Order: sequence, then C-alpha cells, then structure tokens
Amino acid sequence: MAQNDRRSFLRKTAALTGAAVAGQAGAAPLAVPQSAQEPGRIIDETAYGVPSKFEAHVKRRRSDVLKNRQNLSDWSMTPLQHQPGIITPNGLIFERHHAGTPDIDPRTHRLVIHGMVKQPLQFAMDDLLRYPSVSRFHFHECSGNGLTDWLKPASTTVQQTHGLLSGVLWTGVPASTLMDEAGIDPRGKWVLFEGADGSAHTRSVPMEKVLDDTLIAYGMNGEALRPENGYPVRAVIPGWEGNVSVKWLRRIKVGDQPWHFRSETARYTDPMPEGKWRQFSMVMECKSVITSPSGGQQLKGPGFYEVTGLAWSGAGKIRAVDVSFDGGRNWREATLEEPIMDKCLTRFKVGWNWDGSPAVLMSRAVDSTGYVQPSVQDIQKVRAIVGFVQHNSAIQPWSVNAKGEVRNVIGQA
Amino acid sequence: MSSARLKGIVGAGVASLLVFGCANLGGGGGMAAKSSSGIPLGSSGPHAVQPLPDRPRFGKAISEADLAAWNIDIRTPDGQGLPAGRGSVAEGKRIYEAQCIACHGADAKGGAVYGTMVGGIGSFKGSPRVLTPGSMYPYAPILFDYIRRSMPMDRPQTLTASDVYALSAYLLNLNGLVPADAVMDQNSLPRVQMPNRDGFLIDDRPDTKAVRCMTNCK
Repeated sequence: MAQNDRRSFLRKTAALTGAAVAGQAGAAPLAVPQSAQEPGRIIDETAYGVPSKFEAHVKRRRSDVLKNRQNLSDWSMTPLQHQPGIITPNGLIFERHHAGTPDIDPRTHRLVIHGMVKQPLQFAMDDLLRYPSVSRFHFHECSGNGLTDWLKPASTTVQQTHGLLSGVLWTGVPASTLMDEAGIDPRGKWVLFEGADGSAHTRSVPMEKVLDDTLIAYGMNGEALRPENGYPVRAVIPGWEGNVSVKWLRRIKVGDQPWHFRSETARYTDPMPEGKWRQFSMVMECKSVITSPSGGQQLKGPGFYEVTGLAWSGAGKIRAVDVSFDGGRNWREATLEEPIMDKCLTRFKVGWNWDGSPAVLMSRAVDSTGYVQPSVQDIQKVRAIVGFVQHNSAIQPWSVNAKGEVRNVIGQA
Repeated sequence: MSSARLKGIVGAGVASLLVFGCANLGGGGGMAAKSSSGIPLGSSGPHAVQPLPDRPRFGKAISEADLAAWNIDIRTPDGQGLPAGRGSVAEGKRIYEAQCIACHGADAKGGAVYGTMVGGIGSFKGSPRVLTPGSMYPYAPILFDYIRRSMPMDRPQTLTASDVYALSAYLLNLNGLVPADAVMDQNSLPRVQMPNRDGFLIDDRPDTKAVRCMTNCK
C-alpha cells in the first residue's frame, strides 16, 4: 500500500472507529452539513464525470513486488478491495501491455480476416458498428494473476494478489458472424489474432472457441473501449486467459494448425514436473477470493462483519462458495448474490461475528462442472512451482490477529 | 509438444459433451469439452447467433497481396511464411550492437532492461529455470517471427527480413546452436534443431482433485 493510500485508509478507519465509539456512548447531535446550506457545482456538460475527490485513493497500481525496469511490457492492477458488486469501472480495469498503449484513430483502423477463407475481407470501424451487436458480462483475468504469491506472502493487498482481474460488460459482434461472412475453409481449425500495437501481440486460438462465444468487441461497460483496453476494437475470448483476447485487433487469420508463437511457447506456458511445460492452458479455472476483509485492512474491534468476495470460473457458472474462519478446518456455505452468470464474477457474502481472537479466513469456490478450487498444496502436487508461474487459482488465506490487522498468509495456512 | 503429435490430435479429435452433475460434495469435475485439437474449451455457452433473413455483409473484399505488409506471421514448426532474404552471424552481431545492446547487454548476456538471452539449456529440471531463446524455443523460426513483429522495442516492424535472419543467426550462435559461419534463410532456419523441441505438453487440466470437505478437514 502506498503512503497516500495508507494515510487515506487510516483516516477512514479512524473516522469509523470514532463513530463506533460514539455510537456506543450515545449519538451526538447532528449538525446541518455545509453541503445543505449552499448550492453545489453546476453541470459541466463538457467534462467526463469522475469519482469524488474523496475516492482518489481508489486507483490502479503496478506491482509492489516486482520492480519493472521499463514500463512498456507492464501491468497495473484493479483495486478489488474497493469494488462493490461484480462490475469494474473502466478507469479501474487492469492493464497488461507488451509494448505500451497505442492511440489508434478509429477512422483509419482496419480489421482483416484472411488465410484459409473463401474471401479475405477488411472491415472499417463503421462497418463493424453496423452488425447486430451482443453484450455479455464476463470476468477478465490475466494468466499471471497471483504469480508473486504462490508459496509465501509477497503482496500486501488483494489488489496486489488478485488485481489482474476485472468484471466487464463487453459489447461487440460475434466473431462467428464475421468468420461466416469470409467463409471458413473446412480445413481451418485454428485462428490467429494479432494486435496493431508495437508488440503485434499474437495468439493461436482453436476454431471451436472462436465460433462458440468469441466477440469482436468495441464496447465495455457502456462506452467505447478505453485505449489501454484495446480501443477501437479487440477480441474477447470469454473465460480464457486474458492475453488471448488480443487488443487493438487488426488481423484474424485462419490456419489448419497453431502457429506456436513466442507468446504460446516461451511465454504463457506453465512449468511442469521433469522440466516440462504445459502449453495452450487457456481456461481460467474456478477461483475465488475474499475482498473484505482482505490484506492490509484493519478490523474495527469485535462484532459483526460481512465477509464478501468474488468467485469466477472459465469453465461455467459458480455453483457454491464456502468460507472458512479457522484456516480451512471447517467451512460454511456463503450466499451467492444474483445474477450468477456464465464465466462471470459472482459476489458471495457471509455474516461473521468476530470474537476478537485470531482467525484465518479463506474462500473456496465450486463451479457448475463440480470442480472444487484447490489449495496451493493441491496444485503443488501436480505442477512445478518454479519461477514466474501462471495460473495460480489457489485458495487465498487472510489472517486476522487480535488487533484486527488482516494479513496475506498464502503458503502458511 | 511436437507438431507431429499435435497434428495427430487434430486428426483424432472429437469434441466431447460437457459433463455436468458431479456430486455436490465430490471432487474432480472440470473442463470436459475439448477442441478438435485437444485443447480444453471450458463451458460451451448458449451463444448461437440468430441467422438473419437478410444477413448483413459489410466486409469489403481485399486481396492477400494488398494485406502482405500485415501478413507477418510465421508458422514456426515448419517455417511457413518465412520470406526471402538471408543473414549471417557476423551481420547479426553488427545489427545487435547497433540496435539491441542498450536493453539486452553485450553478447546478449543481459543488460539495463532485460536478462540474459544466452544459456539455460539443461536448466529446466532444477531451479531457477533459465528461459532464453536457446533453452526455451521449441522451433527456431520463433526467433524470426518475434524479432520481426516486436523488436527493437523502440522501432518494431522496421527491420528488413535479412536483418531479422542475421539477428536470429547471431542469437542461435551465442546459444551454441549454429556455427559461427552460419547463414540463416527460409530454408536453413527451420532446420535448426532446438533442445526444447519436445519440452511441451498439451493442456490436460483439470489436474487438481480438491474435495469439498466441510467439517474437520485438516
């Protein structure tokens, strides 16, 4: 937590603690606030609305653990501890770029579909906007989410441990509509997606997934894509690791086999026992995390707390989330808040009366296939946890000490 | 995984139905649907597109020749897509020292921004695994594809094909994979044998078997 964040958080905490004490002592008389005794700001039609100045601490942050020596291939993380509900505001959606954010003029941008198709096609943005559109809620998660915190705690907050995760309402054209127009050669089994950015980031995706639910998206959460999230158009490949949803999309090519790019051999592969690597591990598996209380926060004394967090699965819907308060010995089923959608963040909640003694909180999700979220120890049994390991879907423990301080205890509980 | 193995999977594959209904308290379950290539797909959504009676068609025809400048991908197992041009180890060293050394360091051993691009062969059974083009890339044409599309970072997609072949030759030579007099082109580059060629397994998750225990679990 940065100094500013910490100060702001402590201020809020102190204020709330004060209120609680006052409440116990009997309420003080309420004064009429100044805001009710003077006019507010007039409408500024030309300005884009921004959050209250008192929410300035809620912002994306880079990793505090890994010190990047350049800011072009980099990432920033969503402040999940401050997010109510299941949708991430556009200014807080995590970023991952391989060569920075380009500023692309939609009037000159083109998307092409070619390769093993009957007729190669190009589309201007005006063309794409004319097709029947669809909007769908999905989680979006980087395969590297949690890579700093496998076996021992390195990050303080849930923003740092799990913030390569956002919830988005995407709007665009089904990829199948455009593919069908180009006419797919029956031998076409794989599809290349390539960006117009300085990395020309590229991935190979199986045709079945492209035709099932892939979107060619130009909208997010009710407005155009933000530049850092792919403006003016990107692929959205629901439930799969974020980097296959290529941003700043300029090219789609159909082939009969995968290309085996650097981004799917030397990177975005998972170390396995015996010196091997797992390749094309696309689905983001069933996972959950408690966002409140979470690392770096401070409980305000014994009493009632709503323990809440997020659960998601790239293999379907969330069926259940269990919460433990004793480090995984006993579990209690949490309430899932509607809507519960396919490959989407689901909010869970469970009431907790903290008695003031030390506790270790964890959440464990089950998805619609019956898959149960594993512990780090479960994952360690079958994979090699060495180096920058992707696909950390492990149960996240947060400890609460007698002072109410909440800490990351991954690998220790 | 070898390309031969993947082709075999492509030939044999039939997408299986989703499996639902695992016992609520049971373990296992997972991503049963697979692509014809054997890649787990996750769930298949209710996403059928309604065909419209007057299906709109707004794409404009373009020829492959007119999009040639964008058509930069290399199918790396066999080098399909590699262009004409050629470059030697010596030429690569000259280009490297002019355009790459600032970030990657002398002799590609690591510099101000990035770690080494040399060595690591044989390191994967220990820790740390040292990832370099020499130790990690299963196919040599990945060097060409990646350098051409992404490097140098301050001016990507500006190198000539011969420049990229030369840089590929230089990095392969530093990793001991081609001799000092090697010349890379569309014929020689795909023939370089990479030590990690058979180092990959296709996704076989779910691989964990957590159980939904509720009481006295540890």
